[in-house]
Amino acid sequence: MHGFRAIYRKELEDHFSSTRFVLLFTVILMISLISAYMTGTGLRRELEGIAKPSLVFLMLFTSTGALFSLAQFVAFFGPLIGMILGFDAISRERSARTLSKLLSQPIYRDAVVNAKFLAGVTLLSIMFLAILLLISGMGLLTLGVVPDLEEIGRLAVYLIVSVVYVGFWLGLAILCSVLFRSMATSALATLALWIFLAFFMALGASLAADILSPVRPGLSGDAQAEATIRHEETRQFVSMLSPISLYSESTSVVLDPLRKTTRSLVLMGPMERISLSRFQSALSLQQSLLIVAPYLVSLVALTVLCFAICYICFMRQEVRST
Amino acid sequence: MSMVIELRDVTKQYGSQTAVNRLSLEVRQGEIFGFLGPNGAGKTTTILMLLGLSEPTSGSVQVCGFNPAREPLQVKRVVGYLPENVGFYDDMTAAQNLAYVGRLNGIPEAAIPRRVDEMLDQVGLLGESRKRVGAYSRGMRQRLGIAEVLMKDPKVIFLDEPTLGLDPDGTVKMLALIQSLGRDKGMTVFFSSHLLDQVQRISDRVGIMLQGKLVAVGPIQELGTQKLGVGTQQYTLEEIYMRYFREGAPAGA
Repeated sequence: MHGFRAIYRKELEDHFSSTRFVLLFTVILMISLISAYMTGTGLRRELEGIAKPSLVFLMLFTSTGALFSLAQFVAFFGPLIGMILGFDAISRERSARTLSKLLSQPIYRDAVVNAKFLAGVTLLSIMFLAILLLISGMGLLTLGVVPDLEEIGRLAVYLIVSVVYVGFWLGLAILCSVLFRSMATSALATLALWIFLAFFMALGASLAADILSPVRPGLSGDAQAEATIRHEETRQFVSMLSPISLYSESTSVVLDPLRKTTRSLVLMGPMERISLSRFQSALSLQQSLLIVAPYLVSLVALTVLCFAICYICFMRQEVRST
Repeated sequence: MSMVIELRDVTKQYGSQTAVNRLSLEVRQGEIFGFLGPNGAGKTTTILMLLGLSEPTSGSVQVCGFNPAREPLQVKRVVGYLPENVGFYDDMTAAQNLAYVGRLNGIPEAAIPRRVDEMLDQVGLLGESRKRVGAYSRGMRQRLGIAEVLMKDPKVIFLDEPTLGLDPDGTVKMLALIQSLGRDKGMTVFFSSHLLDQVQRISDRVGIMLQGKLVAVGPIQELGTQKLGVGTQQYTLEEIYMRYFREGAPAGA
């Protein structure tokens, strides 16, 4: 236990005093504050004249400011933040030859990788919390609207889900750092995985669906419909394996109480659109969570699995100092 | 006197390559043991197995009565290791590095500053303790490495090329330090080096490894008498070693 605590404390100290973190935090802070300010003033103009605007506070995070909303920003750049914090976790120690020294001390070997991961997660939580609070403050100043309990609850859930999501990428970066000797290779490997999951997963999902449950032409009406449904279900199942789509779907429902389904408006049929236009009331937090529960569970499972693989690889490696 | 290091029939194979071939060795408490051999003979692999950083393919390893592969924590509490190129956290000061190692060894937080100063004083670095290790010379880094090893008050110390790259003054100080650890503090010192005249100066016994096998072990003069015959002069370790090496090396090497 003392080993874990000593490493955790040192890693946290290192992170907070490193130039890398200061730069990263400053950049994210600037982008967040600027976008929040512009969103805030934009909302103020739009909502002028409306008698009782409700659930306005959350709109601060979801409505598109100049270029993007905060939620979109985190969904897209979150992985990069995780990667930057983790890509040299083990390779840095290896190249400075401190890893063998660390492992010669009477500490449990897994304390090293556990402490590094937890220090990264702690850092992420503090960073996100700080940014959320600052944007909320900015929102209070520009909008003059105080969030109610429901909105605060949604923001808390959003914070937790975001930390789990970026934690996945942190675990992935640490895994690449364990597997590859040089820092550059591990950074590139994580980057490549991010690009694949971000841009090519949609194609990959359609391809997998075509292979696993193809829709053959020339079938009768009923069989055709069934085949199409199965194709769509497979496609959706495969796309659920990507943490990026899991995260963006679940947070879009959590942050927008008016959103009752994860499907985009374009793909809905006429009946659904009618029901959507009729029932305009907002969902409670519990109801929203029920909708995205499978997504959240999958996201947590993926993060845990990623860290487990990283743990196993680190424990089985042989460490030489030469 | 008890045996602190016991290797019995230890073999280590990496795939089809045998790095260590049926090694049997015993080292007593308080001994200064010199471990010699050409590069690639299996010296570092043996030391890794003794530290528990690597598992033998077959055979048994015991350090202070513990099996390093099965009971690594107990072994690491009493064993210190100074590798050939010792690494430090260059952006921290020497005192901070030592304090970190102290914490990792479970030394209570209140006792750490005093212990750090004690160790630095013992190796003669107390004046430079506030400097960043990145600014240290090689000799200073080696001495800091010894200070780090001594933080946990070990019973056995493994040193890999402790005097390599040191200036003459640093070498003399380092060798004196190693001798005092063995004689005054009763620590067992197991060190490997290519600088045979230095090994001769301070070792009680030596062991020579060639291609994974231990070809000779014992006090230097005994080995000299065995290999080169009884003579009136003192044999140098270099002569003895080269005789073993030439006999053991494969044709054309």
